[in-house]
Amino acid sequence: MTWTSPLELVRDALRGQRARDKDLRSLVSNLPYEGLEKGKQPNRYFPGNAIKTTKYSLLLFIPVNLFEQFHRLANIYFVGLAILNFIPVVNAFQPEVALIPICVIMSLTALKDAWEDFRRYQSDRKLNNMPCFIYKKQYMGRHWKDVQVGDFVKVFCNEIIPADLLLLHTSDTNSVCLVEMSNLDGETNLKQRRDPEFEPESFNSIVVCEKPNNNLNHFKCFVEKPDKEKVGAGIESLLLRGCTVRNTDHAVGFVVFAGHETKSMLNNNGPRYKRSKLERKLNIDVIFCVILLFAMCLVGAVGHYSWLQALPGVPPYLVPDSSGHLDSPSLSGFYMFFTMIILLQVLIPISLYLSIELVKIGQIFFINNDVDMYDPDTNSRVQCKSLNITEDLGQIEYIFSDKTGTLTENKMVYRRCSVMGTEYPHKDNAIRLAVLEGEETEEDVIFDQKPQPTKTTRSLDGSLEGNNFVDTRQHHRGRRRRKLSRSASTDVAFSSELETEVVPDRMLLQQLSRAQSSSGSGMIDPYLDFFLALTICNTVVVSMATAQRQRVISHWLPSPSGSKICSICTSCYRKRNRNGTIAEDSVIEEDHIKTPVKGMGSEDMDGLQTCSLHAPSLPVKPAAASDNLSYEAESPDEAALVHAAKAYGFILLARTPDSVTVRLPSGKELVFELLATLTFDSTRKRMSVLVRHPITKEYVLYTKGADYAIMELLGTPYAGMCSGNQKNIAADTQHHLDCYAKEGLRTLCFTKKVVSEKLYESWSVNRQRALAAIENREELVMDSAVELETNLSLLGATGIEDRLQESVPDTIVALREAGIQVWVLTGDKTETAVNIGYACRLLEEEDLVINMNLVFQLLCTSLLDCTLEEVRRYSADPRNVDTTPDISLVIDGRTLTMALESDLRDRFLELAKCCRSVLCCRVTPLQKSRVVKVVREKLKVMTLAVGDGANDVNMIQAADVGVGISGQEGMQAVMASDFSISHFKHLRKLLLVHGHWCYTRLANMIIYFFYKNVAYVNLLFWYQFFCGFSGTAMIDYWLMIFFNLFFTSLPPIMFGIMDKDVSAEVLLGVPELYRTGQGEYKFSTFWVSMLDAFYQSLVCFFIPYLAYKDSDIDVFTFGTPLNTISLFTILLHLSIEIKTWVHWVVMLGSVAMYFIVTLAYSGICITCNPPSNPYWILQSQMADPMFYLLCIITTVVALLPRYRHCYSPCGAWGNFMCLSRQLDRMDPCAREQWIKEWRSFRGSRGVKCSRFSTPSSPNLESPVDIYPQSPTVSDMGDEFTLNVLTDSCERTLHT
Amino acid sequence: MVKEVKELVNRPDNTAYTQQRLPAWQPMLSAGIVIPGFVSIGLVFIGIGVALFVTSQSIQVLEIDYTGVEQSSPCFKCSDQTGKKCDCVMNFDIDSLFKGPVFFYYGLSNYFQNQRKYSVSIDYNQLTGDLDYFTNPDDACFPFQNDRNKPIVPCGAIANSMFNDTFQLFQLVNGQKKEVPLDGKGIAWWTDYNTKYRNPSVTPLRNAFNGTVKPPSWPQAAYELDTKDTSNNGFINQDFLVWMRTAALPDFRKLYRRITEGDYASGLPAGNYSLQIAYNYPVLSFDGRKKVVFSNVSWMGGKNEFLGIAYLVIGSLCVLMSIVMLIVYAKFKFPEED
Repeated sequence: MTWTSPLELVRDALRGQRARDKDLRSLVSNLPYEGLEKGKQPNRYFPGNAIKTTKYSLLLFIPVNLFEQFHRLANIYFVGLAILNFIPVVNAFQPEVALIPICVIMSLTALKDAWEDFRRYQSDRKLNNMPCFIYKKQYMGRHWKDVQVGDFVKVFCNEIIPADLLLLHTSDTNSVCLVEMSNLDGETNLKQRRDPEFEPESFNSIVVCEKPNNNLNHFKCFVEKPDKEKVGAGIESLLLRGCTVRNTDHAVGFVVFAGHETKSMLNNNGPRYKRSKLERKLNIDVIFCVILLFAMCLVGAVGHYSWLQALPGVPPYLVPDSSGHLDSPSLSGFYMFFTMIILLQVLIPISLYLSIELVKIGQIFFINNDVDMYDPDTNSRVQCKSLNITEDLGQIEYIFSDKTGTLTENKMVYRRCSVMGTEYPHKDNAIRLAVLEGEETEEDVIFDQKPQPTKTTRSLDGSLEGNNFVDTRQHHRGRRRRKLSRSASTDVAFSSELETEVVPDRMLLQQLSRAQSSSGSGMIDPYLDFFLALTICNTVVVSMATAQRQRVISHWLPSPSGSKICSICTSCYRKRNRNGTIAEDSVIEEDHIKTPVKGMGSEDMDGLQTCSLHAPSLPVKPAAASDNLSYEAESPDEAALVHAAKAYGFILLARTPDSVTVRLPSGKELVFELLATLTFDSTRKRMSVLVRHPITKEYVLYTKGADYAIMELLGTPYAGMCSGNQKNIAADTQHHLDCYAKEGLRTLCFTKKVVSEKLYESWSVNRQRALAAIENREELVMDSAVELETNLSLLGATGIEDRLQESVPDTIVALREAGIQVWVLTGDKTETAVNIGYACRLLEEEDLVINMNLVFQLLCTSLLDCTLEEVRRYSADPRNVDTTPDISLVIDGRTLTMALESDLRDRFLELAKCCRSVLCCRVTPLQKSRVVKVVREKLKVMTLAVGDGANDVNMIQAADVGVGISGQEGMQAVMASDFSISHFKHLRKLLLVHGHWCYTRLANMIIYFFYKNVAYVNLLFWYQFFCGFSGTAMIDYWLMIFFNLFFTSLPPIMFGIMDKDVSAEVLLGVPELYRTGQGEYKFSTFWVSMLDAFYQSLVCFFIPYLAYKDSDIDVFTFGTPLNTISLFTILLHLSIEIKTWVHWVVMLGSVAMYFIVTLAYSGICITCNPPSNPYWILQSQMADPMFYLLCIITTVVALLPRYRHCYSPCGAWGNFMCLSRQLDRMDPCAREQWIKEWRSFRGSRGVKCSRFSTPSSPNLESPVDIYPQSPTVSDMGDEFTLNVLTDSCERTLHT
Repeated sequence: MVKEVKELVNRPDNTAYTQQRLPAWQPMLSAGIVIPGFVSIGLVFIGIGVALFVTSQSIQVLEIDYTGVEQSSPCFKCSDQTGKKCDCVMNFDIDSLFKGPVFFYYGLSNYFQNQRKYSVSIDYNQLTGDLDYFTNPDDACFPFQNDRNKPIVPCGAIANSMFNDTFQLFQLVNGQKKEVPLDGKGIAWWTDYNTKYRNPSVTPLRNAFNGTVKPPSWPQAAYELDTKDTSNNGFINQDFLVWMRTAALPDFRKLYRRITEGDYASGLPAGNYSLQIAYNYPVLSFDGRKKVVFSNVSWMGGKNEFLGIAYLVIGSLCVLMSIVMLIVYAKFKFPEED
């Protein structure tokens, strides 16, 4: 042990500090320093990989926790009062006793904190002890916590990366390492990490990197070799802690950041704390209580002063000070003020805050445990991320919903396409989807009703057709079985069968084959180009089925609240995987998907008919290795398109950073040199890839994007054969796009551009400059993309269906009936959005739909005025008086921006308030959050935002309650949300049942707490009038403290956790109850209960007072019946409030505890609590019949008004709550019947509309003419339509 | 198999408890239950009320104010004196037999024994006979803790302000004064006398008080409170015990004696009586009144009509309410009741 001088240590610490704070860090390998003592280690200043998310250490727990607790104002208040009690002139109790309540409360809180911290500690320890391989002359098995900056760490496939690693070597021949980031930023796709080509063993370079930061998409670093050559590296070569290695056998990395400096840890901000609306209200009421307290203390002080003043002399009961003098009345009065504060301090409920926390823990437990909101497919429950806004769920007035992935499944299904202005409706595919859908709903598929698929085919004889039918059916049945078994497992393949399998359109296949034969090897044909664009223009990564990754559902992010345990599960399960037990189902499915394609690829053009509806009947077929493909796409659209192209024989075989390999229908494999990928961004709304055609050697740019982002960029006509009618193609395609949109399909346009070599070279210089830029890199890169994406030639368009999630219409109707306004904010086209709106019953057929789609602000103003006038007239119309205004507003992003400007905002909001529903189309993420903010702040309403993707994060954070849907688009929305659910339909139970319950329970509990304390403390206050306002308590201090802490604290907490005013079935059946439930905690409610408390305390005090007047009763003998009566009154009051007597045991227990504790205390204690002495008092009281008579009459009189109030018979149809409680008592059958009848009684409208629960899809032949032909034409003039769409109802019936 | 287990990892338990389906019960209050319920409660209450009222009516109470602020009062001469021994005599008549056993109270009004600083000025440890507290009384007794560095026993303001008027009751029989025997035993709580208050086990008792002083207002030390009965001295003196049980309300009475012996065991016969008062206790400083109260007691304690009336009122209210409800019910049969 060498001695180091303290100076040395300080210097070392300072040096370490400096090294950590430097903007650039220089790291070297630890290997040369192996075995040296710590002081010689070059990387000793940087933290190790062990993490510690615990807040406290064992030794410092008490001081740190105390410090934390004193951040709460209420605690300071109570400690202040307790300290005040130590001042002799003002004390009311023995000083030590006054400390008890605050000590009990604080130690309970500390206990809770300690438990939470212990759980964090446990999960930390598990994580720190996860195994990994570190290079120490050879790769040695070590734990995560042993990893140091400068180490070389080897990670294997499906392993979690222990620290932020600079990738040095991979087993992959293309030197890429595929990483799944779903644990971190929610991306479920695989990313390629480029390998800067280093050999780990002979590593003697210096790694210079930036300071740790939390930006997951940015990393600056260069590696300086011994010969001073610098090689740059960025985020693309950084393996982040928490990610999982996929499809790569192993990878070796150099640890640059470890432990708390890793990007994932820096991104981990712990649980969110929001303050609920109820809590804000509660704080106001606490302030009222403080005012009340001060008023009462003032009464006490003035009373004491005037009492002293009125005394003619010095009575023997006034206790003088040592010199025999008395304080002047005014000084005594002044002191008395403080004494009164101490005496009456309980008026501010000390245990309220702790009780609220306990209650919320309980409520969250029950929400989490709701089996109705459990999704077996993803094996996920509801997650409550915010611990303290459960009751806000019951207060929602506005819901802002995303469309894609929230209302819809975000499972993209390729439906139809238009190539070169010709529409290919893909009828067979539609039938296949219908069959699949039918299968999903477990209904029999009646084939006869569908158009015979084979009728349109060329040469299929009838017998074959029949056989095929049988096959198909059997096949479907088999598939259903497998589907069931698959849903039982949690490792869901990324794409379901529904999405991956596409039945090609016959016409298109013919067209394609014709094109292929005519173009020869030149491959210049718009049809071929279209499919090439489908195949190439994306960022889909191909992975082998043998290495199929398991989708990890658990959210790994190491949050301090202990979710790390999930990661452990992941790792165990990964290990099992490596042992070769890959879920069989997924392999089977994979094979199955590939088989039709294989058939396609191997057969020549004459065998096209085999690719019809009938998929091969044998589900398991040995498949060629090259067919074991699995596509991992960033967005489901891309995957759908690639699968669609595959159906036509264009198979994406591989994608590396530099090349794309495609197999053509002819079986030929083409390797495109990938020159640039201009990635998608929400401003451009398109993406492009620039490739070099292997045959023509042309530079070709394929662009795909939203139609409005593409159409304006169309340039010179297509150079190919149909040059004459280019204009028509654009117009025709636009027409098809509009039709698709009306069908509710998502549309994408595909274009091609041949870039001249000269242009490419000049552009690529720019591009490189932009990519290398440090400042404004994103902007420059985008500009360079825009620069190239001009003069595009239209190839065609696709329509992708995004199907509605299960029971979305029902949920929306229920939420609407609950009085919640539902707004849908989507980036989609107006037509698509409107169609989905009808499908999910956001818009009803007979609604008045106001469509706002304007360019100029002036027009927007006048339109708003006009519409408002219209709406007012509509509602003023005597025919519409009774009905709710069925007005819906459809507004697009551009108009929305204008409407939210300050001068129009009020008018817009007024209009929006009148509308049943609002549909905002083509809004950006920023606009989404802006809408939410404006509505929330201007209308002063409770808002809930629900979404599933990264584009909803802003909105989710802006709303009062953010709900994330853990769907297809990763975890970003979920991470930002307060609650996460797996389906939109769960919102119904979450709000209508749990929201209602949580709110009612908590509101009632809080009110009860206030009531309880006021009712009890007022007894002391009334007594002051009979003791000269001297601050005497007629109840023993201990019993007083016990009264609040033990005798009456448990029932309200149970009440807050478990009370059910109405059963879940009734709440779901009668959504109107939701609105009724919102009024529970009003200003008036608080004051009514305060008045009740005053009344009860008056009764509880004065009846015993009058009964004992002029007798020889002593102080505590007088106080004991008061205490007992108070206990009975307070508990029975609760039992009136309680709607379910689940916890009568707790009540009885409380009473029993009161008597047992009090009897024991007054039986044993002769001198244990001087100078107070309740010895044998309750015993003697209980031997007196008067005591019982007094208790009975007082309790009855005290509770009579409340009883009368609560059990007044309810009117015929008036009081919902009352009614629903009666409903609860019916047996389930009768109740269902009753609800049904009641529904029809309420509004025949609801029944009428339920007949049309299937969404109406306007046929292409009868386009609904209220919408502008196309948004691009809208610059012809601003138009708005104000149409009553009542007739569409009938039309759908006829069609 | 493994998959099955894994599936269950996240699935919530489908039990009545976790799904909040625990059986619930709430009293179903239809008119058919409420109205008979109210009637029966009302009747029971009226019954109790009648019993209480009748009992209360049967109790005889005789109050004699002897404060002496009025000039006509025989005690007028004593009222303005402080500390000096002064006797006065109050004469009164009893018309009919005052049924025994008769309780003899003294009453004080406007006397705030419940005043906070006063009511805590006591040392129970000392009063249990703990000699440590004799030499070192509790701080709560301050300023009646030490007197010129000598501990006060019993300490504290309550003990110091002990009521010290004494009474003698005579019946005037043919001009002769016949003393009514007053029983001073068992007037305090049994537990006070036997458990709570204890004399130190030192004999003679006065030795225990060596080195201590008597409370400043007391004419004699604690061990000589009762000159006649030596066992009634120290902390278990009955009058002391009664005084130390501080009254809850400013107008109170405390039991002085019981009349249970001799000719008066069955009550005070009709006739003229004379109450001889040793007037020591000053009350003018707080506008107080002093009185003596003769009362007989029942199972419900002293005379108090309030509780009986309250029961009667609430009972009749219940009956009335049920009648109103019956009328309403008969008139507009609630539609959802059936």
